[in-house]
Amino acid sequence: MAGVTLDTVKKVYAGNVEAVKGVSLGIDDGSFCVLVGPSGCGKSTLLRMIAGLETISGGAVKIGNRVVNEVEPSDRDIAMVFQNYALYPHMSVYDNMAYGLKNRGTPKPEIEKRVKEAARILAIEPFLDRKPRQLSGGQRQRVAMGRAIVRKPQVFLFDEPLSNLDAKLRVQMRVEIKRLQRALGVTSIYVTHDQVEAMTLSDKLVVMSGGQIEQVGTPAEVYRRPETRFVATFIGSPPMNILPGKVEGPGRVSIGDQMITVTDMKDGLTPGSAIEVGLRPEDVQAGTAGASTLTMDVDFVEELGATQLFHGKVAGAAFVVQASTGQIPADASHLALSIDPANVHLFDPQTTKRLGRI
Amino acid sequence: MVENRRYRNILAYLVLAVGVVIVAFPVYLAILASTFDAATIINGNMPLVPGDQAAINYSRTLFVGASRTSREPVGLMMMNSFIMAMGIAVGKIFISVLSAYAVVYFRFPFRKTAFWVIFITLMLPVEVRIYPTYKIVADLGLLDTYTGLILPLIASATGTLLFRQFFMTIPDELLEASKIDGAGPFRFFKDTLIPLSITTIAALFVIQFIYGWNQYLWPLLITTKSSMQTIVIGIKKMITTQDALTEWQIAMTTAVLAMLPPVLVVVFMQRLFVKGLVETEK
Repeated sequence: MAGVTLDTVKKVYAGNVEAVKGVSLGIDDGSFCVLVGPSGCGKSTLLRMIAGLETISGGAVKIGNRVVNEVEPSDRDIAMVFQNYALYPHMSVYDNMAYGLKNRGTPKPEIEKRVKEAARILAIEPFLDRKPRQLSGGQRQRVAMGRAIVRKPQVFLFDEPLSNLDAKLRVQMRVEIKRLQRALGVTSIYVTHDQVEAMTLSDKLVVMSGGQIEQVGTPAEVYRRPETRFVATFIGSPPMNILPGKVEGPGRVSIGDQMITVTDMKDGLTPGSAIEVGLRPEDVQAGTAGASTLTMDVDFVEELGATQLFHGKVAGAAFVVQASTGQIPADASHLALSIDPANVHLFDPQTTKRLGRI
Repeated sequence: MVENRRYRNILAYLVLAVGVVIVAFPVYLAILASTFDAATIINGNMPLVPGDQAAINYSRTLFVGASRTSREPVGLMMMNSFIMAMGIAVGKIFISVLSAYAVVYFRFPFRKTAFWVIFITLMLPVEVRIYPTYKIVADLGLLDTYTGLILPLIASATGTLLFRQFFMTIPDELLEASKIDGAGPFRFFKDTLIPLSITTIAALFVIQFIYGWNQYLWPLLITTKSSMQTIVIGIKKMITTQDALTEWQIAMTTAVLAMLPPVLVVVFMQRLFVKGLVETEK
């Protein structure tokens, strides 16, 4: 077992395009780290550099205590699960899983033992003689994971492994991946653009954008205390509302002509300066007045079953509120929103960084 | 409507039947002629049912050959043709798989140039480059040899192009998975690329075998010994006679024998071909 350490890792493509701009990150042994971000943020490139499928333009990648920059992928002691599974179409499930071990010169009985073991864990024993094309998407996914497991690697790398599955299967496989990782205790790095996957799977969540890390933390930390406006709007569904506001004094911010109080606010902000106010749709209490209150003009309502989403405007800016179904009449044209001062996030309009207490 | 459709079906089948008769009748005639003696064929009243000379004709053709013209047993000619066709088919597949592998999967200087140079040779079939090719083969002392028959016909771009197109459709992840599984370039080629290419190989084999078997101009130019002549040339020689009667029964038997291997190759390879087509999924 081994952790993974990235030290100012860079990827520069031909034409001086920086895909990854000096990323430093430590991933503890046995933990599950998820890299999440929009497409083109460099998360896959980073993963492929750890795998050895892309050359490293700068910095160092360490697996355990060994710098692996110049090490072949097969010698890095990693296993990778690809988005399209990348199973060998002409080989049986058994051969797919055994191939890596065979190339390594593992003795036959050992290969058989390991493949059988992996097949048992993943419940694919009945399919060992089949070809990949005779399997369903979920089963192929299991085979791809089996191929990773039999190697007993130091690190598992997952490159959006669930994107090709339908929604129901995705949830099921997500749970299984988590359970498997717990059971095997192997350090895992998982790339996804799906924030639900990211939140549910990770011990350590890394939010990336534009080739850089925006924030690293536990899913709860990242959700509760986003460090930048990007993270605030990227993590959480529906995304956080951002309203233009103005600093009125310590712990006091105005939005249009409405005033709210804030717990987590940086000291010494100049009164009158512009500020961005972030409010999560689920953190706002609709229909009741509280310590600080905003009023919202409702445009329309989206039904989600258990909850409803009210779309409208607060002080001219788009705003979404989530409320339990039946809590508010669906034909309401104005809503009073009660704001908990502890749930207000403030961001600098220029740097987009959080303006909270350190 | 039903009446109409039936009428149309009958018409369609009629047209098809006419087509089949037009194509098949000469072939039937050749087979027929191979079962009569020379006299029956020449007097112009050959019956449309097979005669009783088949055994004599076939054994004489295979082991003795026409007595005056080509003067070599057709068995030997078939052997020559077979070696040439196999050599061309196998050699071409071997060379084009390797060159396509290089062009698609390796980054080397002038890769694009190399590909285009190969591509341009498509414009230069044997007939166009026949003089310089003959000169080179002659200078290398390869006249009247199997190497001389085979080598110049191997060099062409069709196979390389075919494999290149196919390799480009194989997802990169397969290569990456192989890399992580510890398969080097040769292992990836042997364990993944070749098994996936079986159908393409089968298709190319069929095309190239028939291409090689049917070659006329090139063997005509570079073989002078009658022991090196191919069956296609043999037929031609049997038919053109100066001062004697053409031994039609032998010529027709030879023609039937000449048709046989390509037919067998198509029939046999087609099974593999279809099986591969059904099984292929990347």
